[in-house]
Amino acid sequence: MDVKQVKDYLYWLYYQYLLITCSYVLEPWEQSMFHTITVTVFAMVLYTAYVFVPIHLRLAFQFFSQIFGGQPGSTV
Amino acid sequence: MANPSAVCNGHLHHHHQKQNNLLKSGIYKKNGITKGMKKNGISNGTLYKKTFIEHFEQAPMYVAVLTFLGFGVGTVFGYLRDFMRAWGLEKRNVATEREQQKDFVPLYQDFENFYTRNLYMRIRDNWNRPICSVPGPQFDLMERVTDDYNWTFRFTGRTIKNVINMGSYNYLGFAETDVNALKTVTIELQKYGTGICSTRQEMGTLDKHVELEQLVAKFLGVEDAMVFGMGFATNSMNIPALVGKGCLILSDELNHTSLVLGARLSGATIRIFKHNNMQSLEKLLREAIIYGQPRSRRAWRKIIILVEGIYSMEGSIVRLPEIVSLKRKYKAYLYLDEAHSIGAVGATGRGVVEYFGMSPDDVDVLMGTFTKSFGAAGGYIAGKKDLVDFLRTHSHSAVYATSMCPPVAEQIIRAMKCLMGLDGTTQGLQRVRQLGKNTRYFRRRLHEMGFIIYGNDDSPVVPLLLYMPGKIGAFARRMLEKNIGVVVVGFPATPITESRARFCVSAAHTREMLDTVLNALDELGDFLHLKYSRYSKSSHPELYEETRLELED
Repeated sequence: MDVKQVKDYLYWLYYQYLLITCSYVLEPWEQSMFHTITVTVFAMVLYTAYVFVPIHLRLAFQFFSQIFGGQPGSTV
Repeated sequence: MANPSAVCNGHLHHHHQKQNNLLKSGIYKKNGITKGMKKNGISNGTLYKKTFIEHFEQAPMYVAVLTFLGFGVGTVFGYLRDFMRAWGLEKRNVATEREQQKDFVPLYQDFENFYTRNLYMRIRDNWNRPICSVPGPQFDLMERVTDDYNWTFRFTGRTIKNVINMGSYNYLGFAETDVNALKTVTIELQKYGTGICSTRQEMGTLDKHVELEQLVAKFLGVEDAMVFGMGFATNSMNIPALVGKGCLILSDELNHTSLVLGARLSGATIRIFKHNNMQSLEKLLREAIIYGQPRSRRAWRKIIILVEGIYSMEGSIVRLPEIVSLKRKYKAYLYLDEAHSIGAVGATGRGVVEYFGMSPDDVDVLMGTFTKSFGAAGGYIAGKKDLVDFLRTHSHSAVYATSMCPPVAEQIIRAMKCLMGLDGTTQGLQRVRQLGKNTRYFRRRLHEMGFIIYGNDDSPVVPLLLYMPGKIGAFARRMLEKNIGVVVVGFPATPITESRARFCVSAAHTREMLDTVLNALDELGDFLHLKYSRYSKSSHPELYEETRLELED
């Protein structure tokens, strides 16, 4: 029962994605092309986030801690 | 005071101020004894006798963004398909120019054709569906399928029976096949046949037309009327007869194509004011009178204001009292097109003039059609006798167009007599009141569910906003699967971001039919995520229903 609810919910989410991006009206081969592009772009965004966001956060943290807490001459 | 719904001579003596006043003063009196309370607490008390509530809620911002995104995706794929068609990678189903004409000015490159062949074609199966029964509260549909994505259709031979009809302009339910109701129509059909074969000015004026015109004049409370065979042609052929060069037409932004065509054909100058916006209209009137004609600065020969009673895409009702006061102040003429409002609003179905409690003398040209509430075809223009006599000689329709055929005229006569009570029953009045009840119930439930609905609370035209292009096709198809036929409207007829589904409530709909439709809408609204309204009134509509029934008549 629970598996069916989850499957229905996932189908509903997929259907919403189809409606919002207007890929509901496209023919099947156009839909495949569109899904490929979307998934590729989304994967690239995730990869970029995975590679760059932690480094940027760490640098930003260091920058701000240097301004606010780093007066007694600490060199980092 | 006896029964407050007493009918005599087809006019209703009943005070409608009750609902407005008891909400303001908090005192509830049952039998309409409200004369003393009429003056309290109405803000526009001198002009509007009852509250004028219209809704034009704006959707949240993300909806507009996603709508544009959807159209963007559609456009990109449209360009891709056009490219493939031009380079021969795909079979061409579209109209293209011949080889010899490739160097001419291109015929099919504009946005409208692009939109038609790339976006409209994909969801085309939701329009032009052939039906095979009378379009009453339910109809039968011919089932059709497509093998090549809506370029061609074929019929499977099956008919889908008893689809609930939420799209026909059958406001009073006169589209019926009941033999008793159509008895006089059958007699006239046997007597006159179906063809007229002539125009009004030659040999096409029958005694039926004279009878119908006198009846229409009596129904509306004016001096005279003239009927024409086609509603669209009534507007487009008579406005050129009334105005010409050197005249000024002030037309509402959202006027119907027939009014726009008539205005353009007349050769007069056309200025557009914002939809139902009286400040915009007043500004245009003042400018017109102060500055006169564009180069010669002479006074305009005539200034005419073109408005409709109910606007069919918005469901809004015209602000007639304010327009009439403006027209009197600035000495302009008023042309009121009551195509959707005649028969559908007003206590006895006499249109917006009665709805606002005004007299028909306030409007110079009353125009309407018989297609919607009377279940027939054709249009009329009514007003003073001088005006109608002028039109009899000068209208293009009278000179060149075939007149209305007798069985159709008889259908209008019997529907109008029923509405006025001249056939001895109160059936007409019951229909009008049933329509009012159905309208209020339907709109109230839709508001409570959380949909965005446009228009006035009293108009039987109910547009439900869908916004996103993907949802247009999905909504119409799923409603048909549930055996409900709806009309969805998209880009050229509405602004590009505001596509909608338009429901037309009818007096012939029973409460069960409306409940079926509302439950289906509820389910579909959740499934397609259409409930954008931020002001939905209650999440427990059942608790409120009892108290509201008491307040209503």
